[in-house]
Amino acid sequence: MATMTEQPTPRSGFANWWIRTSTTRIAWLYLLPAFLVMGMITFYPLFYQVWMSTTDYNIKNLRIDAVAPNPANLSEACTTNMKGECTWGRFDNYRQIFTGELPVAIANFSFWNVLAFDLVWTFTNVPFHVIIGVLIAVLLNTKGLWFKRFYRAIFVLPIVIPSLVVAVVWRNMFDPDYGSINQLLTSVSHLFGGSTVAARWLDQVNYPIAGIPLTLSYFALLIANIWLGWPFMTIVATGALQSIPGDLYEAASIDGATGRQQFFKITMPLLRPAIIPAAVLGMITTFNLFNLIYLLSGGGPLRRTEILVTTAYRLVNENRLYGVAAAFSVIIFFVLLILTLATNYVTKATERYDI
Amino acid sequence: MSTSANPLPSQPVRRRFPKPDLPYRSQLIRQLILLFITFITLFPILWIVSLSIDPSGLARPTELRLIPPGASLDAYRRVMAQPTNNPITFAQLAFNSFKLAMGVSLFSVGIGVSAAYVFSRFKIRGQKFLMLAVLTVLMMPSIGSIAPLFVLLNKIQLGTGPGDTLRDSLYGVGLACISGGLPFAIWNLKGYLDTIPRDLEEAARIDGATINQTFLKIILPLATPALAVTAFLGFLSGWTEFALSWQFLTKAPNFTLSMALWNMTGQYSGQVPWSNFAAMALLVATPVSVVYLMLQKYIVSGLTIGSVK
Repeated sequence: MATMTEQPTPRSGFANWWIRTSTTRIAWLYLLPAFLVMGMITFYPLFYQVWMSTTDYNIKNLRIDAVAPNPANLSEACTTNMKGECTWGRFDNYRQIFTGELPVAIANFSFWNVLAFDLVWTFTNVPFHVIIGVLIAVLLNTKGLWFKRFYRAIFVLPIVIPSLVVAVVWRNMFDPDYGSINQLLTSVSHLFGGSTVAARWLDQVNYPIAGIPLTLSYFALLIANIWLGWPFMTIVATGALQSIPGDLYEAASIDGATGRQQFFKITMPLLRPAIIPAAVLGMITTFNLFNLIYLLSGGGPLRRTEILVTTAYRLVNENRLYGVAAAFSVIIFFVLLILTLATNYVTKATERYDI
Repeated sequence: MSTSANPLPSQPVRRRFPKPDLPYRSQLIRQLILLFITFITLFPILWIVSLSIDPSGLARPTELRLIPPGASLDAYRRVMAQPTNNPITFAQLAFNSFKLAMGVSLFSVGIGVSAAYVFSRFKIRGQKFLMLAVLTVLMMPSIGSIAPLFVLLNKIQLGTGPGDTLRDSLYGVGLACISGGLPFAIWNLKGYLDTIPRDLEEAARIDGATINQTFLKIILPLATPALAVTAFLGFLSGWTEFALSWQFLTKAPNFTLSMALWNMTGQYSGQVPWSNFAAMALLVATPVSVVYLMLQKYIVSGLTIGSVK
């Protein structure tokens, strides 16, 4: 037997390597199916999208035997230049998006307005979700509270209903003539001797609050999204609250801390590590909340509640500007990247918060 | 700290017994607040339920009533027979949605779990890069790649007809859904596998189990809750998928529930009675909502994205 192992075969280098790498080989084999599929239907389309964004890809290029698209509007971009140089060239789709001079006239299209609204939309929604969610979780966490389980079961309902259904139902609720919101407001108003409420929630163009350039449809969306969003934060906060040891509160109350002091010195700091990742997730979700906005307000009136993803969808769905839509998506990607990096930076900074 | 004179110094001593109830005054205030929140939470749901049993055919609802006079299930019957103007029954729509959702769910989880296993347990060259690639795709909403997917799938001819492409089929929509669902499945499952202790595998490895055996006999059974939750979330995303199918599908036999629902309320709603729309909304939402509600406890533990683990 001993002689067998000492046998110096020329293949031993390869055999050693073969044995040494067996784990790695299996690992790659396990990765292969997922990455083959993702390569075909995720990564390849993404790279194709970058190429598309530099062309004038249009409905005429769609058919299998159709002509290839031209590089993006090269000639037009050149003629606009005084010296006859192409300043933008292949990136003309991007220029058109930023300046709003799209090949098909789209009423009220402005990238910067959409971006600004999307950011305002995100940063006004998430604080509501977090504050309301945490407060209700704390309220529900009171010892000796009756019907706790009943409330917990009810409050989770907005999460379990598909957002598609939520959006279309709220759209009908905001109907000016038959919607339940106006009917509810009318009954409340009649109770106090007021008149019938007939707010045109989704298509009133002027701003209800002077000085704040947000239409009534923004507030309609905000109401619907607060209804939709706070229970998730309550669930996260409830989980975190239950993991806080009761001794801390007892010790604090022996030391004479008031309820408010206990909330700000114990509850809040200990909720932080659970709430911050949830808030970041909520921010990315809200920033890309396609279903609610597209199906509730439809981005209206006059595109004043349009967000980036609904605009990208419209460029494909209504305007059939595939090249421009691809460029738009590439821009969305970079906006999201910046947003993620920024929130990552902020949350990392807050993670160092010591209790 | 002037309040150090605690008004209830005896409380900590009595903690061996069940704590006394809240003082009635604060109990009452809390109950009132919680009842108000319950009302707000239930209001849209009760409204849609009451609409769906409203018998007044074409009319719009003119007042708020929980149970309208002459309540009936006619709207459900009408919706079951033919929800929209397209000649397609509810059952066909539901079957299409089910096929789509099931396909997306099984495919994403089935392929995703082995990749998640590698990401969770192995150290191979280029792993960081691959994980980053998955994470980057995850951040991007699926609508972000709708243009290239539309164009690329459109180039694949299925039949002989001029418009008979992969794009204009449930398979095309399914592929587009998986493009977003697979990265989610990988990442979510990886997060869960990270929480499974490694001792069990190491013990099995010492006993001579191969990697395949540890994966199939130890990891997969332990990961069942996460597999179920991820599969259900994949199913949910397919069941309620709207944007891709609305853009891709043009032939009525392929239409899905979400498209029909939007047809009944959106820009093409025309004279659809609101009771029909309400019944449809409930029929679309109820099955998945009930499952969601039942699985809720597991979903919270199986959903690892955004967790602090």
